[in-house]
Amino acid sequence: MADTHAHSVRFVRETMLPQQEPPAAERGAVKWMRQNLFSNLRNSIFTLIAIYCVYWLVTSLYPWFANGIWDAPSIRACREILEGDVGGCFAVLTERWNQLLFGFQYPSELYWRPTLAFLLLFIAIAPVLFRKVFPAQMLIFTALYPFIAYYLIWGGSILVPVMALLGFVAGYMVYARLVTQSFAMGFFGGIIAAFVVWWLTGLVGESTFLALEPVASRNMGGFMLNLMLGTVCVSLSIPFGIALALGRQSSMPIIKWICVIFIEFVRGVPLITLLFVASVVLAYFLPPGANFDLFVRVVIMITMFASAYIAEVIRGALAALPKGQYEAADSLGLDYPQAMRLIILPQALKISIPGIVNVAVGLFKDTTLVSIISMFDLVGMIRGPILASTEWNGVYWELLGFAALLFFVVCFGISKYSQWLEKELATDHR
Amino acid sequence: MNQTAAQHADMKVSDEVAISIENMNKWYGTFHVLRDIDLTVYRGERIVIAGPSGSGKSTLIRCINALEEHQKGRIEVDGTVLSSDIKNIDAIRSEVGMVFQHFNLFPHLTILENCTLAPIWVRKTPKKEAEETAMHFLEKVKIPEQADKYPGQLSGGQQQRVAIARSLCMRPRIMLFDEPTSALDPEMIKEVLDTMVELAEEGMTMLCVTHEMGFARQVANRVIFMDQGQIVEQNEPEEFFNNPQNERTKLFLSQILGH
Repeated sequence: MADTHAHSVRFVRETMLPQQEPPAAERGAVKWMRQNLFSNLRNSIFTLIAIYCVYWLVTSLYPWFANGIWDAPSIRACREILEGDVGGCFAVLTERWNQLLFGFQYPSELYWRPTLAFLLLFIAIAPVLFRKVFPAQMLIFTALYPFIAYYLIWGGSILVPVMALLGFVAGYMVYARLVTQSFAMGFFGGIIAAFVVWWLTGLVGESTFLALEPVASRNMGGFMLNLMLGTVCVSLSIPFGIALALGRQSSMPIIKWICVIFIEFVRGVPLITLLFVASVVLAYFLPPGANFDLFVRVVIMITMFASAYIAEVIRGALAALPKGQYEAADSLGLDYPQAMRLIILPQALKISIPGIVNVAVGLFKDTTLVSIISMFDLVGMIRGPILASTEWNGVYWELLGFAALLFFVVCFGISKYSQWLEKELATDHR
Repeated sequence: MNQTAAQHADMKVSDEVAISIENMNKWYGTFHVLRDIDLTVYRGERIVIAGPSGSGKSTLIRCINALEEHQKGRIEVDGTVLSSDIKNIDAIRSEVGMVFQHFNLFPHLTILENCTLAPIWVRKTPKKEAEETAMHFLEKVKIPEQADKYPGQLSGGQQQRVAIARSLCMRPRIMLFDEPTSALDPEMIKEVLDTMVELAEEGMTMLCVTHEMGFARQVANRVIFMDQGQIVEQNEPEEFFNNPQNERTKLFLSQILGH
């Protein structure tokens, strides 16, 4: 027994085996289907049911799209053309596209201005979103973009955005000068300098220098309004959210409690009530005759709301960072602003990307709530002027489906971008 | 205070004071962690602090760069008295390097960026110069080829050596080590200790909290034994290991050297 065993153990390979293809059933699509769709009887049954559902959906929706009417003056005309067939009345989109996109009061000969602002938006956010692809100098345009966009969309004298820009520049210069002494001095000095400049330039009064035809905020509408509110509020609420999150962690009790109370109050109140406050109640508190733009009031309320949520997301990320990171930053002699900016926030923001994107997407969709305070955003336009018109009364699926499509494209884009960014920033190599 | 250690023949120790701690006390809530600590560290001294866990040895060295606040007594580092003034604390921290048990490298920055960050932002060194310094110290800890990797791609021993290089880039006059080898695999302990020995031989003032008694024998010129927040015994290494006086020290040594 012992020597047969020893005999069978002995083995010397003389020829090496060449590499071979795996068996057909273990390759490519066939393998994938076997593993994922038909791995056992129950999975196979579910797969067949799912295939049937998809088939049923496609076959029932297809004629609706295929027979769709793209050219008709009213819903009645649509029905006459269809003669009882199933088919969508997409003519409302081709006929009312301008109202859906720009609202019904924005002068149609000026559509190029918001359109141009929209296109420039891509150039402005490109270097922020893809820092490695675009040169850093493009950030100068990003900084100028808010003023350009304001000038294009609202029109009026170019002096208004230029003066606003000057205020920011003055504020930044004072900040840069004073911050070497103390962060607080720089911060408040900068704010004071900006306000002084704005107050001084406000004395200049109305001007028509290089004026574009002015368009009032109440004339903004359609998807443009949603995009404007979404972009402005998201870009404002992230820095405010960061400040609130840091404030809530502060060791200075007054700052901490201001932040805690603000966050808890704003989170505890529905956005709708804040919007009603913006549209109705604020007017009682303002001095008579003070005309505080409704758009600005709504922006303030939505920004407050979103920044409270973002603050909590970032606070979670700050708490998740190991204490050693704070200690290492401290032990190297970095001061608080440096430690936050260079060590803590880059890591905390990376952790909070999914949460922030969640809030941003929610915020963007919540901009449709302004239709309740009689601003005619995309949903407001559909519910109001378009569905109430005699021509298009009853075209629900096509209009709301179009609105859903527009929002889906933007939100899905944001979501895809954030997933890409998470991968891009992953340096932990787990 | 400790004449024998300060005048030890082989060790080049000056009588210039690097750190002086007088009657320092610290409490966590009502728990008295450090009790009446008196300690003078001379420039160029290599001190190993040993003791059972919870004896306050880490807390002691963390008080020196104000990662922990002491409630009573006086700490003077490099001629500056530690106060609650944040500028004063930051100034002391930039002169005192610290190496942690868990390395605490910045995971979102490359090895080189980890090393150049503080010199650039705290010392305002030009980027190019900071990078040259960083490469110099990375060569010294024998991992210049890893400069462009991220901490997550390195082994524990390599990460700890980067952490040492990161501290050295600030050109500190004093280095604190808080159990630098406790989180490492046995094979990696040696590479970190070798780096520390080399540093000691160059005359760096070092305070090491460690359980590596071989290291203590080899490079320390003073061993401090702590228990229950107090300094129980201190002596030069030969005497400390061969002829411990206090009962607690004897027990501790018999337990860690017993096998």
